[in-house]
Order: sequence, then C-alpha cells, then structure tokens
Amino acid sequence: MAMPDRELAGAIAATRFGLGARPGEIGEATRDPRGWLKAQVRAEGADLFPTGGETAARRIADLREFQQSRQMAKREIAGDPQTAAEARDPVKLAQKMLRQDTAGDFLARTQLAATTPAGFRERWALFWSNHFTVAANKLQTATVVGPFETEAIRPHVFGRFQDLLIAAETHPAMLLYLDQVQSVGPDSPLAQRAAGIGRRGVGARLQPVAQRTLGLNENLAREIMELHTVGVRGGYTQADVTEFARAMTGLSIGGFRGPEAEIGAPVFRLAAHEPGERSVMGVRYRAGGREQVGAILTDLAAKPQTARFVCGKIARHFVADEPPPALVARLEKAWMGSGGDLAKVAEALIAAPEAWNPNPAKFKTPYEFLVSSYRAAAASPQGIQQVAPILTALGQKPFAPGSPKGWPEDAGAWAAPDAVVKRMQFAQGFAALFVQGRDPKRLAAEALGARLSPATAAAVARAESRPEGFALLLMSPEFQRR
Amino acid sequence: MTQITPSRRNVLGAAAAFGVSLQFLAAQAFAASEGALEKKKFVFVICRGGMDGLTVAPPLGDPDYAGLRGPIALGDEALKLDGTFALHPSLAAAWRLARAGEARIAPAVATPDRARSHFEAQDVLETGAAAVYAESSGWLNRTVETLARARKVSALSVGPTAPLVLRGKAPYASWSPGHLVDGSARLPALLQDLYKDDPLLGPALARGLATEAMAAQAMASVGHAGEAAAMMPSAAPGAGARSLQQQGQAAARQLGETLAGFMKAPGGPQIAAISLDGFDTHANEGAAQGQLGARLAYLDAVLDGLHQGLGPDWKDTVVIAATEFGRTARVNGTGGTDHGTASTALLLGGALKTGGIVGDWPTLKPSTLFENRDLAPTLDMRGLFKGVLAEHLGVDRAALDQTIFPDSAATRPVTGLV
Repeated sequence: MAMPDRELAGAIAATRFGLGARPGEIGEATRDPRGWLKAQVRAEGADLFPTGGETAARRIADLREFQQSRQMAKREIAGDPQTAAEARDPVKLAQKMLRQDTAGDFLARTQLAATTPAGFRERWALFWSNHFTVAANKLQTATVVGPFETEAIRPHVFGRFQDLLIAAETHPAMLLYLDQVQSVGPDSPLAQRAAGIGRRGVGARLQPVAQRTLGLNENLAREIMELHTVGVRGGYTQADVTEFARAMTGLSIGGFRGPEAEIGAPVFRLAAHEPGERSVMGVRYRAGGREQVGAILTDLAAKPQTARFVCGKIARHFVADEPPPALVARLEKAWMGSGGDLAKVAEALIAAPEAWNPNPAKFKTPYEFLVSSYRAAAASPQGIQQVAPILTALGQKPFAPGSPKGWPEDAGAWAAPDAVVKRMQFAQGFAALFVQGRDPKRLAAEALGARLSPATAAAVARAESRPEGFALLLMSPEFQRR
Repeated sequence: MTQITPSRRNVLGAAAAFGVSLQFLAAQAFAASEGALEKKKFVFVICRGGMDGLTVAPPLGDPDYAGLRGPIALGDEALKLDGTFALHPSLAAAWRLARAGEARIAPAVATPDRARSHFEAQDVLETGAAAVYAESSGWLNRTVETLARARKVSALSVGPTAPLVLRGKAPYASWSPGHLVDGSARLPALLQDLYKDDPLLGPALARGLATEAMAAQAMASVGHAGEAAAMMPSAAPGAGARSLQQQGQAAARQLGETLAGFMKAPGGPQIAAISLDGFDTHANEGAAQGQLGARLAYLDAVLDGLHQGLGPDWKDTVVIAATEFGRTARVNGTGGTDHGTASTALLLGGALKTGGIVGDWPTLKPSTLFENRDLAPTLDMRGLFKGVLAEHLGVDRAALDQTIFPDSAATRPVTGLV
C-alpha cells in the first residue's frame, strides 16, 4: 500500500493518530507527517493532567478517615432523628467533595486532550488507560481513577510493557477495583489465625471476624491473563488462574494499623500470602513473597501470546475494527524484537503503510467526538457539566466503563440510531456556543484538511447560519470518523 | 447549549421530514391489527457480569446449599416458590407474578461456552452460536430477519449502546432517555442528505428520528408526557446509599413503563432487548441485603414497570432475563463468588403456561458440581430461547436450528412454555 500524498497524510496524522486537529495543526503535520508523530514519542511517558496535587494514597487515606468518622458519628447520633438530620449535611458535603475529586480529574484530563499539541501522545496514553481499565463504579475507586492514570499508566506508556504491567497491576486503584485487596491465601498465617479464633469461639465480640471467611478472590488474576496479557485464547486453564490468584495474595494497601507512611500505599502482606511454590502455565515458581508474583507477571509480559493479543488491540484502536493482519504482524515484530519496548511499537505503527489507508475506518467514540469538537473550535471545556452529561447520554459515562474490558472499539457499539440523534443534538448546541463569529468554511478546512469531502464542503458553504454550518461539519461522515 | 422545547407536534414534525418514518409507523399500525401472532411481544433482559443464580433463586431445600454459601446463604427471608426454591426478597414483583402463574425459573441453564470469561460468554449468549467468534450478529436480530419475511416486525434496543443480541443485518430502533428532537431545526434534513451514501450513519439517523417520534407517544401513553427523566441502568449504588437506591428503583420502574409504552403503541416494536450491568459480585455480594440485593431490586423494578405498563398486553408477552454464566457454588474468601457455569434464568409474562421449574435441578451435591466448583448445567440456554421463539412468536424449527442458533439441531426447543 502506497502512502497517501503529503497533504492527506498530514490530515491523517492529526485526526487518526492524534485526537483531531486544532486550527493550524494539519499545516504543521503536513511538513513531515511521520516526523511530526515520531517527535511525540518520548521516554518520560505521556503528559500528566493535574489531580490537585493529590496521590492515590492520599485520596485513599482521606476516604478511609471520612468513612471512619462517619461510622462514629452514626453511632453517636443513633436514635436521635433531630441530630441525625443535622449530622447528615456535613456527610453529604464530604461525599460531594470526594465526587468532585473525580469530576476534577476527568475535566483536567479532557482539557489536556482538548488543548495538547501532542495529540498522538495523548491518544497513546488513552489507549493504555483503557487497556488497564479501572472504573469509577464505587466511591472508593472513583477517587483514585485519575491518580491511577497519572501514577501507574502515563509515566510508562513509552517504556517497557513489563514495567507498565507491573505498575498497573500493583497500584492500589487496580487492587481495589478487581478485589485483590481482600484476597487472602487460605493457608496463610492470617487465614489460619482467623480460623483458630473461630474454632475456639472466643467471645461474642470476635464473632464477626471469625464469620468473615478469609480466602481467595480470583478476579484480578483472571482479568490480568484474559484482558491485560495473553488474552482469553492465550492457553491458560482454570487451574492457572487459581494458582496465579494464590501467588497474588499479599498484594494489598496499607491501612491504619501499619506505619503512617504506608496508609493508602501499596504494601505486600506476607501474612496474607499463600505459602508454597506455584505452577502457572507450565512454569514453576519458587515459594516466596512478592518476588513470586513479580516473576509471574514478568513471564506473562514476555509471552508471544501477549505481544499478539496487545498488538491486535493497538491495530484495532488506531486503524480499523478488523485490522489488516500485516499491520498486526509488523507491530508484533517490533514488540518481540525490542523486548516489549512500547516506544518501538509506537514507531512501528507510525512507519506501517497499512496505518495510512486513505479511507477512515474508525468511528469516533463519544469521548473522541467530544474532544475533537473542542479541538476544531480551538476551545476547551470549562466545567464538568459541559462534558459529563453528554458523554453519559452517549453511553460513555466519565471514568466508568461497565466492565474491566474497558470501552468497546467497534463502530457497532457507538453508532446506534439513538446515539446518532444525540450526537446531532449535541452538535447543534455546541456549534451555537462556540462558532462565535468565525467562518465555518474555514473551520472545516482547518479541522479536516485534505480529508474534507466536496459534499461536506458544499453543505457547510450552503448553510443558512454559522452555527448550522459548524454543526454540519461536526456531524459530517468524515468528522465522525478518523 | 440551545434550549430544546419538546412537544408532540415538534417531534412528529421531525419524523414527518422523512416520509419513510410515518409510512413506517402507519404500516406497523396496520400490521399489528392483523392476527394473533402479530400481537405477541418478547423482551430479552441481559444481566451482565455473571448473575449469581443461587442468590436469584436460592434452593433453600437443597441440603448442601447453606453449607456451600455460608455467610451469603439466604434463609426464611427468601420468598418461597415450592419445597426447594425461593426467590430473593428483592424480587418481590417477580415473586407475585410467579404466585399468579406468570413467572417461572430455569435454575440450571448455561450457554454452550465454558471459558468463564465474561466477554466470551456474553458473545455466545448474544450471538446464539455454539462457540465464541462463530457469528458476528445477534440471535434476536436474525429472529427479526426471519420473521420479517412473513410479516411486519420491528425491534427496539433500550439503552445508550445497542447490545450485540440485536445487532446485525435486520434494522432495529434504539432509544434511551434524553432530550427530544427539535422539530423546527433544518439540521436533520440536511444531514440526511449528507448521509445518503453513508451505510452506517444514514440508516441510523433515519431510524433514530422515527424512534424519537414514537418515544413521545410512548411516554404520553403511560403518563410521562414531556421529557424522559428516567435514569439509565448504572452500577449498583454502594451500601448505605438507600435513598440513591430508591431513586434508582423509581427510575428503573419508569424505564420499564416507557419500554411498555413503546411496545403497546400502534406500530410499536414486538421485540425488545435491554441490558443491565453490575452483576459481577466477586466480593461482599451480600445475602438479603447488599450489593446483589440492590441490583436485583433494580431488575425487579424494571420488570414491574414493564408488567404494569403493558396492562392488558401483558397476556401476550414473554420476558426472559438471563446472564452469561453463573458463579461458583461456594462462597469465596471475600464474601463473594467467582466466575462459574450454570445460573438461573427468569421467565415472565402473561403468555406463559403455569408450571414448575424449567429444566432439571442437578443438586449441589459435591459429586455433581461441575469441575468441583460450579452448579452443573442441565439445560442449554438456546433450548429455552428456541422454545419461546417457536411457541410464542411462531418461528419455524428449521430457522431456529440453522440460522438463528446455527448448528443447534441437537438442542431441542423446550416445549410447553406458552
């Protein structure tokens, strides 16, 4: 497949590899489309959006403190409805503040996407954050999704996959989201102690502890294999999942009983770790502590099945729902040849002729549509209310994919009749707000460059008002795709 | 953002901008009066995440149940169905229907998939294939395709993204609560023109606008005139958020009522799919109260809204609520359950025949557990679907065996359900 001419390649670089063109961007990219993209790859990783200076550990500690004081307050005011009503307001306020953390993180991330001159770098980071999904499906994870991305994902997206994998799977947000925090080895000292208390039946006060059986939870172990590394066809069995789950016991988060510095931070609790050697996918791992799970993750990262599965996802995200096998093969080769160096994989993607097919095969997700609309308008959202309701209505609630698989990639998931109508309604309102005396013909040329079709250019030129012209651009077949 | 003032006139005006839309509505209205089969309605509710059948319909009378389930076992608070089974206390509306002979359980069903992966199992559940990746369209879509050769039939997906079960060659409408279309704007017509060669966006927009017009009628018919305030299904609210949960249930009931309004409107869809998530209960699943209880209360409210909203049309309706797989028979180390195999499907509707459980009960004896961990399946989910499609919607056996559920001749339709 031959490269498209430079004008078209510049437009593809900014809209398919990037997040949509801001005015002037296609002009810059056109000088050297591949060079423009390559310059965005950098060892220190993706850009960090601000999270109010708070780490995940700080957020977890704050939430636990809040929950404890709330428990205490509840006990004190039990049976006194008047006091209870008064006490509820500060509780509501605190909950609201915690939710605002999440909203603030999401807005900051959207602002970064809307304004960054390095759209490819940002898309690359968003791909990995979706690959290692942590969803804001409960208050506890909601407060840490943002810091998870800035601490575990973004610094590693152009490093080795192995480092990214270990950072993501051992981060407190992931441990909370996929229930690892509560998983305890059935034969670990901790479980043995709990069972001992239960058998002796010591005192009624200890009863709840004894009743809470301590044991395995295989959720994270399974999803690492199925979704993050070798993939569901990667050749593992139920026994491998269970063995891996045993090896992972001990990965946890510092609580209030440990040293102050550990609150909310990742810790390894040897007392909760299932003792003994493990066998995962035919490899034996010596008995031990944290190094056991580290060795298994390292081996999973290096497997060719992992390279195939993840490279397939990269090609699907960047190029087509059914990507050309030759493209996947190129990415796999770059991955295996470099020991999973993600900068090399990104460069292989940029170099691959299949990635520059002139026909845009990808239908934008709601987030991509929203972000590219702001970029086309050279604007940035100023409040969460400008982004959250529309994304929720279009099926992509902020930070809240419905499952650990993350947001779907395929057009079928996003182009339902109802969703297209809602995009149109959004475009109408957005265009009215942002067109602001500018010429929609010019905005169309800046947003799509050589990708602008004669039909869309004519429709925009014939529009009866500026907002109508801008809305037609945003809803045009080529703006809806990349 | 522009202020959109919805009115029936505006909405119908928007639909009228496309001659096809009103013709579509009129044709449907005509077809619906033709015969008994055309009145039959079928709703498929997908409960995503692996719904724990042993908590949905706890087998209280099974001697191994309480021991396996420990802290999450249900007791007297469950709503008794017979000597063995009960329903979770959150499923009060479903239980009332069961008492009236209008709801049954299939306590040990599974798809043909055994990989215990959500995503593979959901694919198999929705494509109706014997194995993963064998089909790219959904079995309800192929049902519409088959029926459309003989009579007018239409389908609706409720929710912001269309579930795979309805995706495919046959057209379907989709709807989720939100603003209605401003009928005075030129944009829809201009876009329709711009999309005339676009195989994805053109049909989607036309169908979306037609559905908006129907939405206005649907809501008017169940007393929710004006804008839809219903919230979409979302993950279960955390423990203690009781008022949030109640709001969620009110919204769920309204969602069910609105869907009913669509289905009973003249020319409304006979087939609908709705997808609920949040059933993946690895930790702190809870028993009578708790995470799963809250989610089941949401499901129950949707079903109740549908039942109430359909009114006299309920007698022509069958609803199946099913999940991709069940969960481990034993409680795990964190008060939850991990991915398993067989689960419970709920069948509801005034068209159902009275009867006991659908399929056999394998028991929870250690020797009968599948791979010594899961409830063993005794019934292929496809047999259940085939039985309802055959007897309720009149789909012929050859289509069921070959195209709707490919290579499934060996899996017989369950008979005597309707």
